[in-house]
Amino acid sequence: MNSIKSKRIGSRALVYILLLLGVVFAGFPILWLISISIRANGEVFSSPPSFLPKVVTFAAYFKIFQSPEKIRFFINSYVIAIIVTLVTLFISMLTAYGFSRYDFKGKKIINMVIIGTQTVPPIALMIPYFGLMVVFKLYDTYGALVLTYLALTLPYGILMMTGFFNTIPKSLDEAVLIDGGSRLLTLFRVIVPISLPGIVSTGLYTFLLSWNEFLFALTLTKSNEMATVPIGIQLLMGQHSYEWNEMMAMSFLGSLPIMVLFLFFQKYFLAGMAAGSVKD
Amino acid sequence: MLKKKSILKNKKQILDPYWFILPAMLLLSILMLIPIIQVFRYSLMDNVITNKTPTFVGLSNYIDIIKDEVFKSAVGHTLYFTIFSVIFHLILGMTFALLLNSKYLSSGFRAVLRVIFIFPWLFTPAIIAIVWRLILDPLGIMNYILQQAGIINGIVEWLSNEKTVLQTLTFINIWNGYPFYMVSLLAGLQSVPKQQYEAALIDGANSTKQFRYITIPHLKPIILSLSILDFIWTMQVFPLVWMTTGGGPGHSTEVMATYTYKLTFLQFEFSKASASAMIILLISMIISIFYVRSQKSR
Repeated sequence: MNSIKSKRIGSRALVYILLLLGVVFAGFPILWLISISIRANGEVFSSPPSFLPKVVTFAAYFKIFQSPEKIRFFINSYVIAIIVTLVTLFISMLTAYGFSRYDFKGKKIINMVIIGTQTVPPIALMIPYFGLMVVFKLYDTYGALVLTYLALTLPYGILMMTGFFNTIPKSLDEAVLIDGGSRLLTLFRVIVPISLPGIVSTGLYTFLLSWNEFLFALTLTKSNEMATVPIGIQLLMGQHSYEWNEMMAMSFLGSLPIMVLFLFFQKYFLAGMAAGSVKD
Repeated sequence: MLKKKSILKNKKQILDPYWFILPAMLLLSILMLIPIIQVFRYSLMDNVITNKTPTFVGLSNYIDIIKDEVFKSAVGHTLYFTIFSVIFHLILGMTFALLLNSKYLSSGFRAVLRVIFIFPWLFTPAIIAIVWRLILDPLGIMNYILQQAGIINGIVEWLSNEKTVLQTLTFINIWNGYPFYMVSLLAGLQSVPKQQYEAALIDGANSTKQFRYITIPHLKPIILSLSILDFIWTMQVFPLVWMTTGGGPGHSTEVMATYTYKLTFLQFEFSKASASAMIILLISMIISIFYVRSQKSR
């Protein structure tokens, strides 16, 4: 009896030790980012390094807020991510309705192609996109990024929404159809309200993909006015790579929307993440 | 059932589903199909865009690329980066999922820990790159901690020494990517029917045996699709490498995507870059066949 008990305590201790290591591993870089962002730049490489700033200052944040150029990076990222999310959701819902409510010729093949498109390397699309955007005069505009991001978000959005719609019984929309309602009406009056959790999950994941995108933002825009946050960080890095406190403040602000969304909508976020790899 | 038939009899309504999927199909054709055909066409020409009247040159761009020593080394780096990332993502993701699923945790504590463990995945590659550049700076905090702990002597230039840079970069990617596995595996763990464990307990199976014979078989489809998808995506890595090392020092962290990017925008060799991009696309497609199959069988 005693040996079982001590074994229990032993395995409990092991779990706690591993958890503590995990917390340090996962959390330290983020705490360090914040800690550097609220100190004076002279204190970044102080020796020996201190984990907490000796003097807390938000100067780096003020500097960013006072620079219209840097605020513009954030505006660009927000505008693009919001448009991409809304368009992705709308088109995905239409497509998912078609997939979940009808049987039609080519459905299986189209479905497989959509699963397959998730694995197309962005670098292979980059060269033709560059040509395409120059020809259609979309180079260095929001349009270039919104359009190309849809290629990344739509396959995922369609598959995920189809999964959610499939869980809604067909008898629900048939009731509306019998009453003479149109298909579109059924979709937006009946199915959409019920599948709100799925829509939130899909929307969050889409927003994240768009917010984080780097390659197309790098190659399809060139002016500072069109730069998104990731590109803005790269620009800052080239301009004054020694102002680490400002870079970290920028990084913190750049991660803030995702962190806030994550904390508020954790359940939906996790559902979206799990569905990102496990689609039914 | 009868009603469904009568609806389908109407010819106009047979077209209905196609109207619903039309916008997506149009967009995906313009954004996927046409560009892929285009890049394939470019890869068979002598230099497009810079050359006004490009001519067909067959596979010579591919031959040039495959013969290029830098490309060969980029393939090697990509494989190293990808294989170790996938293996450690799986190991760490599984460990964290099992820890979070432990019966010793209260649900509140578990929720807090889960948030902390997911954080690395929420950051943009560009931000991950500069945070780690700061931490791994020769004068940075990592060297200080490791020196104090007696693990290293003197200063290690993690990201500018050719001997350590690829490992370091892979480590950063492992840090960034494991939560994706953790979340899916945790969901999988929680869906294992409790009765199976209880039955195993009655049969006298210890926890190692339970893990081996109940947990792993249950998680196998998830592990399979996660690993294949992760392999494909990691193989295509661009932003993290570009922002952390730019493929350097020298070509010591050149991966297939940075190699292709440099051919395009630094050397303006659009046709060669297209051939290189096609090679990445072909490898991705071959592996994705396995992915689609694993999805279908589920």
